[in-house]
Amino acid sequence: MNRINRLFEQKKKDVLNIYFTAGFPKLNDLSQIILELEKSGVDLIELGMPYSDPLADGETIQYSSSIALKNGMNLDLLFSQVNDVRQKTEIPIMLMGYYNQMIQYGEDKFLDKCVDAGIDGLIIPDIPLTYFEKNLQEKVEQKNLAMTFLVTPESGEERTKLADRLSSAFLYVVAKSSVTGKTEELNENQIDYFQELDSYQLKSPRLIGFGIHDRASFVNAAKYANGAIIGSAFIRVLRDKGIDGINAFVSQVRGV
Amino acid sequence: MIHYNNSYNPDSEGFYGQFGGAFIPEMLFSNINNLKNQYLEIIKDESFQKEFDNLLKDYVGRPTPLYFAKRLSEEIGAKIYFKREDLCHTGAHKVNNTIGQILLAQRLGKTRIIAETGAGQHGVATATVCALMGIQCIVYMGEIDIARQAPNVQRMKMLGAEVRPAKSGSKTLKDATNEAIRDWINNPIDTHYIIGSVVGPHPYPDMVAKFQSVISEEMKWQLKEKEGRENPDYIVACVGGGSNAAGAFYHYLDEPEVKLVLVEAAGEGIYSGKSAATSILGSRGVIHGSMTMLMQDPYGQIIEPHSISAGLDYPGIGPLHAHLIDSKRAQVFAATDDQAIEAAFHITQMEGIIPALETAHALAVLDQMEVNKDSVVIVNMSGRGDKDLNTYIAVQDSDKTENIPSSGI
Ligand SMILES: Cc1ncc(COP(=O)(O)O)c(C=O)c1O
Repeated sequence: MNRINRLFEQKKKDVLNIYFTAGFPKLNDLSQIILELEKSGVDLIELGMPYSDPLADGETIQYSSSIALKNGMNLDLLFSQVNDVRQKTEIPIMLMGYYNQMIQYGEDKFLDKCVDAGIDGLIIPDIPLTYFEKNLQEKVEQKNLAMTFLVTPESGEERTKLADRLSSAFLYVVAKSSVTGKTEELNENQIDYFQELDSYQLKSPRLIGFGIHDRASFVNAAKYANGAIIGSAFIRVLRDKGIDGINAFVSQVRGV
Repeated sequence: MIHYNNSYNPDSEGFYGQFGGAFIPEMLFSNINNLKNQYLEIIKDESFQKEFDNLLKDYVGRPTPLYFAKRLSEEIGAKIYFKREDLCHTGAHKVNNTIGQILLAQRLGKTRIIAETGAGQHGVATATVCALMGIQCIVYMGEIDIARQAPNVQRMKMLGAEVRPAKSGSKTLKDATNEAIRDWINNPIDTHYIIGSVVGPHPYPDMVAKFQSVISEEMKWQLKEKEGRENPDYIVACVGGGSNAAGAFYHYLDEPEVKLVLVEAAGEGIYSGKSAATSILGSRGVIHGSMTMLMQDPYGQIIEPHSISAGLDYPGIGPLHAHLIDSKRAQVFAATDDQAIEAAFHITQMEGIIPALETAHALAVLDQMEVNKDSVVIVNMSGRGDKDLNTYIAVQDSDKTENIPSSGI
């Protein structure tokens, strides 16, 4: 069984997914960051493939991406680094990036490399749902890679159900239509939205992301789903404190 | 009533052959989908068309002349016509599109307009229609372009727009477009994004092409009046994203005897590493939500282009053009920075028309067309050179200008 599916089978509440950009802050930090995250109590890693034009990302992830690229990170190096750390950990790892990276690398080669490196799933937010269904779903499923799609408060019931059906990892619930990196507290409308999702009878586990940045926001979001995702806030920790800051940050989020 | 039927319309998902579509994050979906579901109905509506036509006539100054360039024709040995989009209000073809989109935005109930701009022409054209309608306007512009197109920045400000610098990446058009899209993601309800070329996710390429198609619609009857035939032998247009070219080609797409020529910016030379010759250097991929040709490295990182002309300094090309090139319906030529400058000075002195730097690229390849004295070549004069005076003055003041030939392109 795919490591992500196993995780959600075993753990239904308070799943903590942490995003960071491969190659940031230093080119070869990836392995140490993943091991440190695992040790600190993180359940799932969302590994960003740094991209020159990250459309859905705010300033923080634009910054980590541009530093990672300057450091020399690329997909070949990323796969080889994940391959190395995979010898030391069973934590589920998903790749997050943009479709152009996959196209240019070669879709089949990309998927094969993911499998070889021990990557468990993909989040490619700019692949349209219907396009995925028509052109990619079969290939991805054959490789036993799990997919995650995003839904927002504007997606509506029908589309949310389609995204749910096509997601084989978890459903990524975007708390509010925005680029990544905002830190506003959840408001009533958003909570109404999360509760509405309950009524859709979705099959996939749900993680809430965008704007989750500390213990309070994590605990609050995790109440309405199977857990939550922290991205930009963790990048800021890496930026300001480096690897040494990981344990303190995750412990604070976990409340231990 | 404008007719938009041709065999190059995109399919329902926005694909022209293998190019196009809407490769966008879910956060943009509802806005794009809303637009996709409504744009055709809105622009085919009679009241819309009436308002659009009236504004194009009385405000923009259409129809723009089809001018026979006599001295240049003699020199080249063919009949050269200029389609004078440079005479449009605000100085370029860009305003045809912004008039259309502001009317559309009003019908969609939007109260805040955002736009990206490279040369500043689209920014000015957007700020202009926002002033006309009394709507808030924010224009994203790369920091480098803000410096090199200073007069247009001042014009936008005078028109009441806010100009926000795009500081990421190459700090040019591509990055301004990223910032505009991010703004739209953050402001999904009240905002309409007036994109400036035939780029971006479906339905933008088709919508912008339709608004610009007035250029070729006029060309047809104007050429008939002058030459007794609707079809020229060549239509030549520069291509950044490709909106002036799309407009100039649109009603000729199904006329195979009309050769369609796109001119890309070769910067310091196509293979110099400082170029914006997208279709020549590019490969298939996704940029700004569209599957098209773009300049990228083997890992799909988008390469920062270079052109002396801010309006052509874009690493992609509209999906319609990618398809026209792929299917061999259009040919591609390239002009370097130096060739464009030379052509700009030459045309100015031959015809008394100072062209925009973008347009100068199209003018630079005229001597490469296979023509005889009866051949008719229409060059789309996409814009005027006022905004580029700083660049032209710098050339004129440098030693180099003494070598600017007064004949020969
Ligand atoms: C005068 C002029 N011509 C051409 C262009 C290139 O755009 P497009 O290829 O969309 O016509 C621009 C863009 O700013 C422009 O200002």
